[in-house]
Amino acid sequence: MTITPLAPTPKIKPDILGSRPDRLGRFGKFGGKYVPETLMSALSDLETEAKYYQQDPTFLKELDGYLTDYVGRPSPLYLAERLTAHYGTAQIYLKREDLNHTGAHKINNALAQALLAVRMGKKRIIAETGAGQHGVATATVCARFGLECVIYMGVHDMERQSLNVFRMKLMGAEVRPVASGTGTLKDATSEAIRDWVTNVETTHYILGSVAGPHPYPMLVRDFHAVIGRETRQQCLDKWQGLPDILIACVGGGSNAMGLFHEFVDEPAVRLIGVEAAGQGVDTDKHAATLTQGRVGVLHGAMSYLLQDQDGQVQEAHSISAGLDYPGVGPEHSYLKDLGRAEYYSVTDQEALDAFQRLSQLEGIIPALETAHAIAYLETLMPQLNPNQKIVLNCSGRGDKDVQTVISAIDL
Amino acid sequence: MISVSAKFEQLRSHGKAALIPFITAGDPDLATTTEALKILDRSGADLIELGVPYSDPLADGPVIQAAATRALAKGVTLDQVLDLVKNVAPELRSPIILFCYYNPILNLGIENFLQKIYNAGARGLVVPDLPLEESHVLLEPAAKIGIEVILLVAPTTPEARFEAIASQSQGFVYLVSSTGVTGVRSQVSKKVQSIIERLRTVTDKPIAVGFGISQPDQAKQVIEWNADGAIVGSAMVRLLAEEGGLKAIEELCVNLKRAIASVI
Repeated sequence: MTITPLAPTPKIKPDILGSRPDRLGRFGKFGGKYVPETLMSALSDLETEAKYYQQDPTFLKELDGYLTDYVGRPSPLYLAERLTAHYGTAQIYLKREDLNHTGAHKINNALAQALLAVRMGKKRIIAETGAGQHGVATATVCARFGLECVIYMGVHDMERQSLNVFRMKLMGAEVRPVASGTGTLKDATSEAIRDWVTNVETTHYILGSVAGPHPYPMLVRDFHAVIGRETRQQCLDKWQGLPDILIACVGGGSNAMGLFHEFVDEPAVRLIGVEAAGQGVDTDKHAATLTQGRVGVLHGAMSYLLQDQDGQVQEAHSISAGLDYPGVGPEHSYLKDLGRAEYYSVTDQEALDAFQRLSQLEGIIPALETAHAIAYLETLMPQLNPNQKIVLNCSGRGDKDVQTVISAIDL
Repeated sequence: MISVSAKFEQLRSHGKAALIPFITAGDPDLATTTEALKILDRSGADLIELGVPYSDPLADGPVIQAAATRALAKGVTLDQVLDLVKNVAPELRSPIILFCYYNPILNLGIENFLQKIYNAGARGLVVPDLPLEESHVLLEPAAKIGIEVILLVAPTTPEARFEAIASQSQGFVYLVSSTGVTGVRSQVSKKVQSIIERLRTVTDKPIAVGFGISQPDQAKQVIEWNADGAIVGSAMVRLLAEEGGLKAIEELCVNLKRAIASVI
């Protein structure tokens, strides 16, 4: 694990961050729209419509109603007492996105984009999925609103997440296997983009992370920002203050951005993202894009990217299908370069240990993705003191991962 | 090596339209690519588009994706592709247009990339994932170095963008004939005809149509609709990957040229 600086001083004043993204969809040099011309008009339509409805009280009221009654928000902010006692330093709170309907944060965005699609008159929905959580969330909202649903999923991921494949099919979605490339999230995303290029006039693409061309990184972040807004209120209710540290796992980075966004302009709050180091960042089998990648363009956005010396995109590796992605959301790249957020990585093994630790100490089985954030506590906690408070985004539940974990650990 | 726009001027002055075949470099292997370029050049090609294999070709359909994957699996690199171009270009009458996704360009550094491909003998560049809004970083240095960057117009492009794209595009305007990725299609949409008409009102630049043209009668159709060129990709790539590929692309190229030349 990487060593965390003991007393981080924010290198920037909040006002320097300005509007994120700018008019051209850029976070500093990151982001943008690197897509075939065929999609340009759909992207600007989406931007216009999203802007309109995000200020439309009727839309917001409807969204809020579904978030409350269908998703089950607000999700609790739970003091993990035994996990806290295990380290004996700062208090650890879990933001329980795992308790949302469908078992992860992904439903926040899928629901809002489905409502948007209905208003835009698009009756066919496509999405990519890695771990299957975004696919399940999308299949769920499509069932709820009577929309046709096609989910692209890598063949390798379909194997390790067969439970989620079944859930999607059960709710009436068509799951299309993607065999090209490595058969993981990167290839599923490319295939979803190809479908969108072909069917753009009838189809809305519910992109599942804060990645992709503008306006997706902004849109997906805004639809997940409810996580951070609730967290602020819950912190005020519990201790009349801000959290000292926010921590979340980062694949594409949607749950992290959802938690961070509300606090980016609060320099006193440390933001920590944890990536997947797979079998180790010194091997070629990892997904630590921000800590190991170079600036490049993938799936429509400029961001950090795992690539070889010729600029070919490299295969990522993580035991967690949701983090197994060689790119990352452009806003994370921006926050990293500004020094506003810190990014570290933990290995498959460290995540598996954390998966068991949270299960045994708190009776909460986390998603393998979430387990990466929990694993980083091993490094972080010894550096903290009992007066500090951490909020860790418990982004998903781990039932879907039990199959993977059975073959990896002995009980 | 003649420039892309000079080639079109030459053709125009003879009242001819351009045949632009596309092949993926390094598929099935680099030696075959070299042979294929020579064969296409003497079988009726006026310009040749050469695809640089990329790991994530999101504008390409299954045929060209598979070709790129095969080439990369064999270890084909950009340097090897450029060496190949350097060796064969002096023997060709057709200017070479490289088709390359943006990340390998960015990786090398834009000016460095442009200088390298110019030195190798390429004269045009198509970057399928770099729309007008992102293209300025490429257009200015390319103009200085002597590479013509060709921009694309799609069936979904609002008319309001036609003029801006056409005025920035160099060499010709690449009209994507169908809403979708590259690949063979049974017919060319009628919409292409009306887009060509609209484009003519905003630009004098040549217009070449691609994405989905595979048959001689389809090529003939777009030329009858007043296009200046027809681009044939997936059909070439598919034939070339099979046994007897060189013979097959020669035959297709001859037939395409004959069909295009039959339009008066």
